[in-house]
Amino acid sequence: MNRAAQNIRAVVAPVVAVLVILAGWQAAVIATGVSPFLLPRPTVIAETMWQSRALLFDATLRTATAALAGFAIASAVGVIAGSLIAALPILRRSLYPLATILQMVPLVAVAPLLVIWFGFGLPTAIAASAVVAVFPVLASTIDGLRSVDPGLREIFALAHASPWTRWRKLDLPASVPAIVTGLRIAAGLAVIGAIVGEFVSGYGGSHAPLGIVVMTAMREARTDLVFGAVALCASVGFFLFGVVSTLGWLLARRWHPSAQDEMEIRK
Amino acid sequence: MSDKPAVACSGLSCVFMGGVSALQDVSFRLPAGGLTAIIGPSGCGKTTLLRIAAGLERATSGSIQFLREDGSTQPLRAGRLTVCFQEARLLPWRTVIDNVALPLELAGVDRRQRRARADAVIQAAGLDGTQRRLPAQLSGGMRMRVALARTLVTNPAVLLLDEPCSSVDEFTRMQLDEEIRRVWQVSGATTLLVTHSVSEAVFLADSIIIMKRAQVHCTHVVSLAQGNRDRTTLEFSREVEQVMRALAHAAGVVTR
Repeated sequence: MNRAAQNIRAVVAPVVAVLVILAGWQAAVIATGVSPFLLPRPTVIAETMWQSRALLFDATLRTATAALAGFAIASAVGVIAGSLIAALPILRRSLYPLATILQMVPLVAVAPLLVIWFGFGLPTAIAASAVVAVFPVLASTIDGLRSVDPGLREIFALAHASPWTRWRKLDLPASVPAIVTGLRIAAGLAVIGAIVGEFVSGYGGSHAPLGIVVMTAMREARTDLVFGAVALCASVGFFLFGVVSTLGWLLARRWHPSAQDEMEIRK
Repeated sequence: MSDKPAVACSGLSCVFMGGVSALQDVSFRLPAGGLTAIIGPSGCGKTTLLRIAAGLERATSGSIQFLREDGSTQPLRAGRLTVCFQEARLLPWRTVIDNVALPLELAGVDRRQRRARADAVIQAAGLDGTQRRLPAQLSGGMRMRVALARTLVTNPAVLLLDEPCSSVDEFTRMQLDEEIRRVWQVSGATTLLVTHSVSEAVFLADSIIIMKRAQVHCTHVVSLAQGNRDRTTLEFSREVEQVMRALAHAAGVVTR
């Protein structure tokens, strides 16, 4: 089978699966006569999404901004802190266990604290997103840096390379596949964090983000709108995940075995 | 060929944590611009010796230093020293030319200059056309050739080779040995070759240090002229036999 046919297959298969599931859903709702308050028909949800497109587009943009900003902060903080922790044994012994314990604190419990610090609005959503997304980046960065081939490190030691030079030219490039793995997990978490942040910080009015749209729609008993907003939340996460995966693949495709696996999955 | 300094190793000892003695009072001299081989059974300390010379391991006592003609000494690390390891140790995300240029890059040479120098070294090694390839696209023997080219790029005064042919087949080994000889002759470096192949040592070295349990057992001076070494001749076989005898003696194996 040639490459083009494989690519078409890769796209067609999941699309068909989704269409079949939606059709089944639609048929089940009609057949059982279940109340639209409990489970609206997919066609009704689509209609609602179209009618509320202005509201939903605005909300998606806001949530995406929070998730993207949170993800960016988490990535930068995770890679920089991870590099310092991996480089300095004293930090590794003192800070890393602490980070592991902090990760166990549930975000929902911490979120009100973020409201106290950052107020009601976008900054809290960004902070919640960053807090929950930072740990996988930190852990995978440390893991990647500590797995760098010691033989290659000796090549740099022989040339009397400074730790900074070695980090730029050896440690970081060698850790790209591990860091990308952490970033992919962080991409999904960043969206969750942003939504939780929106729930607690409750900023809304005419510029409500998706988290608030979900809450308001629930109170107004508009299940169709809840479904629509949830679908858009998922699409924000999917988009972020896709961007990170593609970037990681571009960086490592020529030399790392994981990129070859990716090719297999894409078939 | 002797514009490069000689190297003196005197009273070198190395005791690892746990009390294992890897080297005991090892002394020898590497003549300027010469190629000396160290041979011995696994665990005799030959790789530890090379790693101490490279500054990658610390000696418990003794030293290994440059020896100037006036008798003064200078630490090896202060001079231009390069190592070729058992494995090629190339950065997998860098092309051949960028791998070969790496030592110059780390020394702060600007991009155009280091690429020109790396390109020249690659061409001289018969690797022309591989400049833009990645290590994963090369065979094991080719990767070792790239690693050897990388040692040449800085024009080293001392060349340390740690079993560079141990991971390739016999046929590739013979080709690599030719390349090692070329690298040594082009650089004129004072060279130390760690190996466990007797025929490789006889093919390449001026003299062979035979080690036994952390100590120098004896030194064998190869009587064949450097330009005239052919593995298929009787003289070569005789030379190999002599070294084999010394090795057997070191290993405590009875010979006829």
